[in-house]
Amino acid sequence: MSAASGSHRAGRRTLADRDGFLAWVFLLPSVVYIVALVAVPFGLAIALAFSDVTVGDPSYDWVGWQNFERNLGDPVFWRALGNTFLFTGVSMLLIVVFGKVLANILVADFRGKWLVRFLVLLPWTTPVALSTIAWLWLLDSIYSPIDWTLRRLGLIDANLNWLGEPTLEMVSVIAVHVWRLTPLAAVIVMAGLVAIPRDLDEAARVDGAGFWRRMFEITVPLTLPVIAVAALFGAILTFTDMTVVYVLTRGGATHSSEVLASWAYVRGIGGGDVGQGASIALFLFPILLAAAIAILRSVRRMEVL
Amino acid sequence: MANPTGKAAAVEVRNLVKEYDGGRVRAVDGVSLRSEEGEYLVLLGPSGCGKTTLLRTIAGLEQPTGGEVLIGGNVVNGLPPRARKIAMVFQSYALYPHKTVEANIVFPLKAEGMKRARRAERARWAAELLGIGGLLDRKPRQLSGGERQRVALARALVRQPLVFLLDEPLSNLDAKLRATARDELKRFQQEVGTTTVYVTHDQTEAMGLGDRIAVLDKGRLRQVGRPMDVYDDPADTFVATFIGSPPMNLVPRDGRLVGFRPEHLLPAEVVPAADRVGVRLAVDRLEYLSGDRHVYGTASGIGEPTRVIARLPATVLTPIEAGRTYGFAVRGEKLRFFDAASGERAEPERIESPS
Repeated sequence: MSAASGSHRAGRRTLADRDGFLAWVFLLPSVVYIVALVAVPFGLAIALAFSDVTVGDPSYDWVGWQNFERNLGDPVFWRALGNTFLFTGVSMLLIVVFGKVLANILVADFRGKWLVRFLVLLPWTTPVALSTIAWLWLLDSIYSPIDWTLRRLGLIDANLNWLGEPTLEMVSVIAVHVWRLTPLAAVIVMAGLVAIPRDLDEAARVDGAGFWRRMFEITVPLTLPVIAVAALFGAILTFTDMTVVYVLTRGGATHSSEVLASWAYVRGIGGGDVGQGASIALFLFPILLAAAIAILRSVRRMEVL
Repeated sequence: MANPTGKAAAVEVRNLVKEYDGGRVRAVDGVSLRSEEGEYLVLLGPSGCGKTTLLRTIAGLEQPTGGEVLIGGNVVNGLPPRARKIAMVFQSYALYPHKTVEANIVFPLKAEGMKRARRAERARWAAELLGIGGLLDRKPRQLSGGERQRVALARALVRQPLVFLLDEPLSNLDAKLRATARDELKRFQQEVGTTTVYVTHDQTEAMGLGDRIAVLDKGRLRQVGRPMDVYDDPADTFVATFIGSPPMNLVPRDGRLVGFRPEHLLPAEVVPAADRVGVRLAVDRLEYLSGDRHVYGTASGIGEPTRVIARLPATVLTPIEAGRTYGFAVRGEKLRFFDAASGERAEPERIESPS
């Protein structure tokens, strides 16, 4: 009798058997994290955007669409918005192209490939602020080693003002974004390349396709979903980034390289107009949301191939 | 090299060697083989015997470590696959998943630079030949295994290559479909008449499809011959036991092995007396398989007592029970002799029946 009840007890469901309960326990930390650090600040940003809160006067007063209306009348805001799109578009294109090329190098088999892989991933693993400061020195108007090299090669006569002349400023910002995000894209695209069965490439080779035909008729169509993901990450990380612009140019003397994120920071924190800053930052949201939905939908369409 | 037919062989390999890992693994170890024009040549062997490596080297997907590959009489070593006028069907079929059936089939023609109108016409011809004319707009994922195989064949056929290379194309089909697909493959090849090199580990496929079979083991060629030759006159004990199900019985006798097929070991009374070599068979087990009786037991009298299998066709009605000993016999002309040490074929000898 006692033996029977003993075995009965051993067979009882314990806490560890209750999947529903365990699911909640395991999910809770990430839920708390997302609520506290994503949802609450996001709600706060929306609330602040409709207020006149400033650093000097934190009391909340509803002002409706006033902050947004002021943004739309501000030429610097339009400049920042345009720059954000320009930087994102050009960077994304270059990141994807270079990422694909680098991914091909990463999957290739050759001697010393571990060293190449390590070097390729280095820009991504370095903290953005640190690497951007390094770029600040590389692009210095007097001591730039890039200028020195170009001068020695006889390509330029005088130093270029990388971070002072409006067009060069934008080139510099884009170059650093591309340098920083290409490794990420390369790793994502590499995962896609590795997932293509080797048979397909071999079949195409036997079928008489050369390198470019295999690339554009087989490899690229089959990696398009992951290329889209790489593009999405590249776009979001460029779109929302303020570090690169802020460290390199502080937006430029005439706001020539200002972006939404840096302008929101300048207005909201630098200028103390928190409500205004929040309303500028909110412009990032619908655009990012639309981009994310568009790309994820295209990914899903391609996956059902 | 002397060429007996005067014509260039469709495919030929000479002393082909393929090493991996800097010579530590020899996947193909000095194979010389030629296929005749229009022939169906099957490369047969257990997994890891080098048959697929040999095929891939012919295709140009692997570069040989040594030796030569000739296609249509020309040495093609170092040429990329696309310059070799070959077509290959992969085990997985390797259809391009994002392309329609038609786009899959015309792909080799596109790569060749053929005009669009002619491409479409040729694709339709290939598709009709394989009975997939109605599937041209589908994507590979919408096709059954058998249909995918036909698309892969159509893609191979459409370029009218010198040689078809087929790498276990039936292994992804279920057993039932495999038999009909095998039949279709054979008829298809007879219709187009293109030289075919076919890799398989399945002896039924090899016997059924091949004009000739090349048996490989550990990277070496063991025997090449018609299915009948390979079955009836195996060159060594590997071929004797690899081909045939159940395999050939091998009985040790004075430093040699005496081999005979299970279907030749029969009750003494159904073997003609003139050429009868007697075997005493102590039966321990019986199996009844598709009409035949498989008799397991220990044979004595022909050599050292050895476990053997006899396969009695349904026409032999002699009652057999497990646990008893019977007088069996083999016709003397059916005996094959092998050297016990090397496994190579040896001269036949006369075995007197024990009384």
